[in-house]
Amino acid sequence: MLLVFIASVIGSFGMAFLKMGSAHLTRSIWSFLNPKLLFGIGLFLGSSVFYAWGIKDGQLSVLYPMVSLGYVWGLLWAKLFFNEALTKQKFMGLGLILLGVCFVGMGS
Amino acid sequence: MSTTATIAIPQSDPRARRNSFLLVFACTILGSAAQLLIKTGMNHFSPHLAALVTNLPLIAGYALYGINTLMMVLALKNGEMSLLYPIIALTYVWTTLASYTLLGEPSNIHKNVGIVTIVLGVAVMGRRGNK
Repeated sequence: MLLVFIASVIGSFGMAFLKMGSAHLTRSIWSFLNPKLLFGIGLFLGSSVFYAWGIKDGQLSVLYPMVSLGYVWGLLWAKLFFNEALTKQKFMGLGLILLGVCFVGMGS
Repeated sequence: MSTTATIAIPQSDPRARRNSFLLVFACTILGSAAQLLIKTGMNHFSPHLAALVTNLPLIAGYALYGINTLMMVLALKNGEMSLLYPIIALTYVWTTLASYTLLGEPSNIHKNVGIVTIVLGVAVMGRRGNK
């Protein structure tokens, strides 16, 4: 469970770096080779290793729902790094996701 | 493994909208299939190169996951995020149902209530907020 948790955090950082890297995209295909974008992709790959390792010895019906924690971290980074507005809806959604993950965890 | 998010582009063409709708729906099924394959592959994982390159479920699972991510990005480009988010969350439903039926994992009320709550949460989060 801890491994999937770590994977969701690393993956959400990957998403933040992809977002930063995508700002440097131009029409040239070479613009895809910018360090932030590549680092983001690297973080995604790293995240998937932790995830696969994490689900190896557990129930998929318990561990896969934990991936939704990525939404929670993503929202946090959106606020912290990109200064995006944290609306009431997003906050409510975040609460429901956390509650749902807790429920699923209780079912393990 | 992570969640996908892109910038929503307002789209008025109903046909393009329906297509992105169907594409995202297909993505949720493919995404669950990828999860099942990765789990099956990891069940007989062994950290040797020969074992890794012959682990077909794992390789197929990751390939499907990659294709699925690309398809999702394409679909999200033309659709409204607030409508597509709840559909994306269906991946959790399919994966859970497949875990019960195909992997023989026990079903219980906590898991089921949890999944419904997560799907609701993703749907609410994707709704366009009035600030």
